[in-house]
Amino acid sequence: MDIFEFLVQYWPRILSGVGVTVAQFVLAAILGIAVALTMGLLKLSTNKVLKGFAVTYIEIFRGTSLLVQLYWIFFVLPLFGFSIDKFTAGYVAVGMNIGAYGAELVRGGILSVPKGQWEAALAINMSPAKRMWRIILPQALINMLPPWGNLMIELLKGTALISLISVADLMFVTKQINASTFLSAQAFGIALIIYYILARFLVTPFMRWLERFMARKMGRA
Amino acid sequence: MEDMSGYPHELTGENTPMVSFKNVRKSYGSLVVLDDLDLDVTTGEMVSIIGPSGSGKTTVLRMLMTLEKINGGCIYVDGKPLTHMPKNGGLVPANERHLRERRADIGMCFQHFNLFPHMTALENCMEGPVHVLGISKAEARDRSEELLELVGMINKKDEHPSRLSGGQQQRVAIARALAMRPKVMLFDEVTSALDPEVIGEVTNVIRGLVDEHNLTMLMVTHQMGFARDISDRVCFFYGGKIEEQGSPAELFGNPQRERTQQFLSAVREAV
Ligand SMILES: Nc1ncnc2c1ncn2[C@@H]1O[C@H](COP(=O)(O)OP(=O)(O)OP(=O)(O)O)[C@@H](O)[C@H]1O
Ligand SMILES: [Mg+2]
Repeated sequence: MDIFEFLVQYWPRILSGVGVTVAQFVLAAILGIAVALTMGLLKLSTNKVLKGFAVTYIEIFRGTSLLVQLYWIFFVLPLFGFSIDKFTAGYVAVGMNIGAYGAELVRGGILSVPKGQWEAALAINMSPAKRMWRIILPQALINMLPPWGNLMIELLKGTALISLISVADLMFVTKQINASTFLSAQAFGIALIIYYILARFLVTPFMRWLERFMARKMGRA
Repeated sequence: MEDMSGYPHELTGENTPMVSFKNVRKSYGSLVVLDDLDLDVTTGEMVSIIGPSGSGKTTVLRMLMTLEKINGGCIYVDGKPLTHMPKNGGLVPANERHLRERRADIGMCFQHFNLFPHMTALENCMEGPVHVLGISKAEARDRSEELLELVGMINKKDEHPSRLSGGQQQRVAIARALAMRPKVMLFDEVTSALDPEVIGEVTNVIRGLVDEHNLTMLMVTHQMGFARDISDRVCFFYGGKIEEQGSPAELFGNPQRERTQQFLSAVREAV
């Protein structure tokens, strides 16, 4: 069977897999950004308990394998009475993992904003929360967008692991097709190309657009 | 904790100063930067602070802006303690809430402008009124445009700071501080980072404030001519103390202390 016949026959299943992968990617990204923001801010906190919590979180999620984390969330947590469906377990594991890496980016981005910005915000009597949210974070965001672009690509690749807990994403369907047809080259070849296209023609251009958008907000474009 | 019993909870009376430093001490580790500073500034007065590098000039302004904590004494603004607050009949170090309440009286302009780069000139000015004072956007816009007009920047109101010259940025920064309607304005070497040819556009704005507003102002400057022109009083700082103070005519024309004389002649030679 040549690649075109293969595509015609299996396209609907591949497409449904792509849909699941994209959904997992988007949900994991949203969760990851939220986690990164929270943990990055907590790590900068002067409160020792909050800071310790963030440091521990980041250590654990960066220091261990994503696959093991995924298995923990899906197989081990139910033993303690927290059972979640596999779709949720998938993006939660990936999002929490990416969030730990993102937290370091958030922290670095915040620290890179000049001290004078904090002082100017205080001089117009802004509350600490508003100083952070309205003055510091927007500038930190601009500084950390390029590394976030890389992290988003990592995230996309990371979602392939969720096929191991049988979420029917692109990787999972590909493996199924391979198992029933033994057309390994076609099946995994297509998967390779689709992952590449998603990364290079969706994620990267979106991040570039975001960078340009933010540059315009700074009056730099 | 320091015994605050000698400090009143409120300064009252006919001639209550707008700003009052009482025995204020500031140190960084073992380095004493300000030693028992006493300084009163009356309402509407323009006080210039001059002195050699490291003498504590900036620190005076930063303490008043509450950017630095003090290690002793008390600062009053408009008769009420700024660095302390009343509690259980005594004065205790101010908490964030007290600081936010009292800080509203004070505005500051910095050597390096520190405009918010992600906002236009107008947005920089509106930020405080809208998000701190909570006034309507329309009103904040009117107020900000009026002030940008005052500093001669209305035609650049939609530009971001990255597109403005240093002098223009500093004028926007002055408008931004004024938009909060402070009673006291602090200027820390606001012309030091500027090219010589644009210094005038900033000093002219400050000159205008002396006439137009009943603003109390403290200005740290290295421009002796400007300080002489516009100040009601000049304080010469040396080693964390006020070595000498007086009217510009007295201090520049007939300095009494040797260190003042040395400093002024060194400055004149440098020009
Ligand atoms: N954050 C800090 N940590 C330690 N020492 C400091 C700090 N800020 C200021 N100092 C010291 O305090 C002293 C007074 O500093 P300050 O900035 O008030 O001087 P200044 O009179 O404004 O000098 P300049 O004319 O150079 O601006 C200096 O010796 C300075 O080194
Ligand atoms: Mg200084």
